[in-house]
Amino acid sequence: MTSTVATEAAPAFAPGSAALTGPAGVPFGRLLRAELRKLTDTRSGRWLLVAMLAVTPIVDAVTLATAKPNTLTYAQFVDITQSPQKFLLPLLGLLSVTTEWSQRTGLVTFTLEPDRVRVLRAKFAATLLLGLMVIVAVFAAAAVSNLLGVTLRHGNGNWSFGAGGVLDMGIIQLTGLVQSLAFGMLLLISAAAIVAYYVLPTLSFLLLSSVPALASVKDWFDLNSAQTPLYNRDITGSGWAQVAVAVLIWVVLPAAAGVLRVLRSEIKSG
Amino acid sequence: MTAAIEVEDLSKSYGEHQAVTGVSFRVEQGSVTGFLGPNGAGKSTTLRMLVGFTTPTTGRAEVLGVPFRRLPEPGRHVGVLLDASAQHPGRTGREVLTLAAIVLGLDRRRVDAMIDLVGLTGAEADRRVGGYSLGMRQRLGVAHALLGEPRLLILDEPANGLDPAGIRWMRSLLRGFADRGGAVLLSSHLLREIEAIADDLVVIGRGRVLAKGAKQELLTAGGTFARAADERRLAGALADAGLSADPSEGGFLVHASAEQVAAATAAAGVVLLELRAADSDRLEELFLQLTADHAREETAR
Repeated sequence: MTSTVATEAAPAFAPGSAALTGPAGVPFGRLLRAELRKLTDTRSGRWLLVAMLAVTPIVDAVTLATAKPNTLTYAQFVDITQSPQKFLLPLLGLLSVTTEWSQRTGLVTFTLEPDRVRVLRAKFAATLLLGLMVIVAVFAAAAVSNLLGVTLRHGNGNWSFGAGGVLDMGIIQLTGLVQSLAFGMLLLISAAAIVAYYVLPTLSFLLLSSVPALASVKDWFDLNSAQTPLYNRDITGSGWAQVAVAVLIWVVLPAAAGVLRVLRSEIKSG
Repeated sequence: MTAAIEVEDLSKSYGEHQAVTGVSFRVEQGSVTGFLGPNGAGKSTTLRMLVGFTTPTTGRAEVLGVPFRRLPEPGRHVGVLLDASAQHPGRTGREVLTLAAIVLGLDRRRVDAMIDLVGLTGAEADRRVGGYSLGMRQRLGVAHALLGEPRLLILDEPANGLDPAGIRWMRSLLRGFADRGGAVLLSSHLLREIEAIADDLVVIGRGRVLAKGAKQELLTAGGTFARAADERRLAGALADAGLSADPSEGGFLVHASAEQVAAATAAAGVVLLELRAADSDRLEELFLQLTADHAREETAR
């Protein structure tokens, strides 16, 4: 702190006189730009992003070097890299919500845009955009790896994937992202939300798998079990119904409750 | 002309606990209003209701004639600093301001201008907020509040953590802002911080407004100080005029206006050496007296 500056008279500062017209709040585009920037302007955010960008080529390279040549297909490269992404991307979404409370930055965010739903929408849109970039990166890296597989290791080189596969993958990534936002909104504390997001689904799987009486409902109530056909890209009619039920339980209901919690919670400094 | 802030019969209860009860006050354009009260008196709850962070149980709060949540681009009209420490420690000061500039649709040069205005150096602005002193955070918070060229400032304990020079700087900044037509609501639990610049005061204790009005009026409500060469004759003159007075600092504190005292002493032919509104120590006494009981009860709870 330069106290020499401080002892001088403060510079003249005139109050503004902007007209009080127009709709309440801030244009959405600006909110979105700010939220996108917030995802990457802290050290933790940047490292998470670096991890997300680095994990795909690394996993592809390891597979390229070690897997049996006849398994080296485009679909295989996509499959093995989307799982780590599904693990990392939600963390970004979750933290974008919880830091507003855990780091109390909400005190600033919500004075600039008091409509909390609009802020949440901007956060969702920002993480979704980042998620789309990640998916594009996954497909691009898989294509390069498949080409390298053919030239370097005489790999299988099969390109079949299909539009259905893209849809399946999109659903998996999207549900993960929305679910993480939902847990973030519901708990509002980074540590608690992270634990809940990563541990509860595992507990659900363990419980439903180990109790024989519950085995029949596992594919309905456990999100990972319900989504298994999506991962395998062989989902059928009843499979979709199971995904819908599991998504309702794990994503839609927590998200609705989370939005309510955010709307009703007091923004406090202490 | 609409008031910069209008709070009417505002109350907030948490279950049994009544945090704020029937608080009403106005802040006019071109004035600094000090919002005084001991810690836990309900100041922050009132400010949170003012900016829409907390929903009041009853009553209403408006800024510039509308509820805060209905303001178009709130940051362009109202600068808010509720807690200078509420910043992500991993962002630089400049980044915090840049984010706000994006939301407000402002030029980046405005960020540099505000950094200069609050006396942060370029190097300090590029450091992460986690390493800032509380005083630097307050300066950053003020820069943030001023960024959108508001006409109203709502500041919660902005002098906390500032050194004496910083406090003086803050005073002259806010005074200048109000003299040019802006309005300031400034909360503090320390009378000294506020009495130097406030035009009006709102004193709050245990969730209720205990006193409010022009600082000058609250000050003279403490009475008139009179000193004469002959103390005994002054006492007699005051008693004859039916004015009650207490000995104080070599003179008397009279519970009457200066005019009444002057009339009484002139009639009795008493030579006055000093006649003035009781000095601001009286205001402090008033403040302490108004809030001490409440503060004690708060800490005892």
